[in-house]
Amino acid sequence: MTSDTSGMPRHTTSPRPAPVIGALEDLDAWAHGAVAAVNKAAGDGVERIVVDRGELTLHLDRAALIAAAQVLRDELRCELLSSVSGVDYLGVDERRLHAVYHLTSMTYRKRVRLEVAVTVEDPHVPSVVGIWPTADWHERETYDFFGIVFDGHPALTRIQMPDDWDGHPQRKDYPLGGVPVEYHGAQIPPPEERRAWA
Amino acid sequence: MGVSDLYAPTDTAADEGRVITVQGQDWDEVFGTPVGDERIVLNMGPQHPSTHGVLRLVLELEGESVISCRLVIGYLHTGIEKTTEYRNWVQGTTLVTRMDYLSPLFNETAYCLAVEKLLGVEVPERATTIRVLLMELQRIASHLVWLATTGLELGALSIMLYGWRERELILDILELVTGLRMNHAYVRPGGVAVDLPAGVEEKIRDFLTIMPKRLEEYEDLLSANPIWVRRTRGIGYLDLTGAVALGVTGPMLRSAGYDYDLRKAEPYCGYETYDFDVPTSTDCDVYSRYVLRMQEMRESLKIVSQALDRLRPGPVMVADKKIAWPSQLALGPDGLGNSLDHVRRIMADSMEALIHHFKLVTEGFRVPAGQVYVPVESPRGELGYHVVADGSNRPFRVHVRDPSFVNLQAVPALVEGGLIADVIAAVASIDPVMGGVDR
Repeated sequence: MTSDTSGMPRHTTSPRPAPVIGALEDLDAWAHGAVAAVNKAAGDGVERIVVDRGELTLHLDRAALIAAAQVLRDELRCELLSSVSGVDYLGVDERRLHAVYHLTSMTYRKRVRLEVAVTVEDPHVPSVVGIWPTADWHERETYDFFGIVFDGHPALTRIQMPDDWDGHPQRKDYPLGGVPVEYHGAQIPPPEERRAWA
Repeated sequence: MGVSDLYAPTDTAADEGRVITVQGQDWDEVFGTPVGDERIVLNMGPQHPSTHGVLRLVLELEGESVISCRLVIGYLHTGIEKTTEYRNWVQGTTLVTRMDYLSPLFNETAYCLAVEKLLGVEVPERATTIRVLLMELQRIASHLVWLATTGLELGALSIMLYGWRERELILDILELVTGLRMNHAYVRPGGVAVDLPAGVEEKIRDFLTIMPKRLEEYEDLLSANPIWVRRTRGIGYLDLTGAVALGVTGPMLRSAGYDYDLRKAEPYCGYETYDFDVPTSTDCDVYSRYVLRMQEMRESLKIVSQALDRLRPGPVMVADKKIAWPSQLALGPDGLGNSLDHVRRIMADSMEALIHHFKLVTEGFRVPAGQVYVPVESPRGELGYHVVADGSNRPFRVHVRDPSFVNLQAVPALVEGGLIADVIAAVASIDPVMGGVDR
């Protein structure tokens, strides 16, 4: 008789598969392999898979980013991190700050995009400098322009704006600035106050 | 002198040690006593003739050896990415062309390829061929600027003059086609602004006969020149592991032995149908990058010649009138301008044409929501455009992966442990364009 169950295998519910938007079947074998590998490595961390205009985007929870990045670099051979940048989806997404990673497999000549969404109140994303050293300046620039804080970055300082600059200029609520201009007697307002056709 | 004097010398010696400001005085005047064997921190730039624009290097030196090197950028940041969000999709072309100012047509083409991918439109064949033709001419012009400035920085003044001289031939061709020598805004979403003018094909063919001989002359001057060889061979070493880890692309990566060129790896604009080679080297040094750029110019000449041969009459803009720019521009002696025929038509003949023109020019077209990433092979490496659309008449976000920005990260790896004189050659071999780095 034993009441100790610690040695027994635990039955966990298998992770709910991430919703797929777009036609995954249009993509090639490499992309399917990438989706499978990231699903396996990140599990519940994959929030959404988007296939649009032939491009594959994996929306990840920030906790799953490092595991997904590692498996994409080591198994899918995404040797090159082409770019890290941000997009501010103000008014579109509750977690409005998106860090966007463009990965390139030089071996297979394929690309995949990773996207991590965070809020302005808690803008922390783990740094991928340890996986791709080239992320250093990209992450500094994204921090500078969007205020996304990359935890674990060796020296996360501003790169384009002066060190004592206030605010993060690429956020949608950061004004463009500008002054009205007089042209042939008429006042032309600055660009952000001009008529928009939204 | 009161305390209000902002320009009064401050006592920084307490914080930073001994501070010496070098302003072209006599050397003995600068150092009353020799510096001795202490480490000094040298600030090179941002205004320095051999840092290619406004790049600042902070070098820690022990004698003439570089112990550490840190880069400071941002002096040319103009917020072009932000500005694109407040202009319509066509106006974006005039903004992105100002980023990497030595290869504006690459910026325009990559941006337009991204917009066209979002729109899902197919560009007419003639427009694509013109894009390839002009991009390859510009690649030669850009490499010539590299050759000229690198020669200048290493003291080869004659090669500087020759590089500028031949670049002028290309700028004349580009001026004839686009109306401008730089910042052309010639490539537009859906095609190009205006068809090639009469007489340009002969002009390009003349250039094709002149250039191979000139390339040989440069090589006669430099390739076996003992000073050039000793200033460049074995300098600025970056092997394949380092290059890939640091995200380096373009001639820098190919000098480490990897024939990675997006024109071959992920062809765009029909590059897979052109016959050309991707030269590589395994020497990983400044000299090999010089050799590669010379060979790349020859390959570009081959592509230009093939593109000329396959130019067939046809439209240079998509047929969809909801996207195509309504105005037929005319090329006058002072650049591109309004076509008087078009003005007469919209002002005198057709009210509908006037309304159409007005709507498309002020509001512009709308682009379906989504995001794309389009890379092209610029003279410096992978130039990528990440463009996000929200369905309106303006880009939601445009981010540029500029090769100069990424490649500059490799500078500490190239120069640390070397001599200060070699810093110049190593930075030059990256061919950074600060307009692209800072955007």
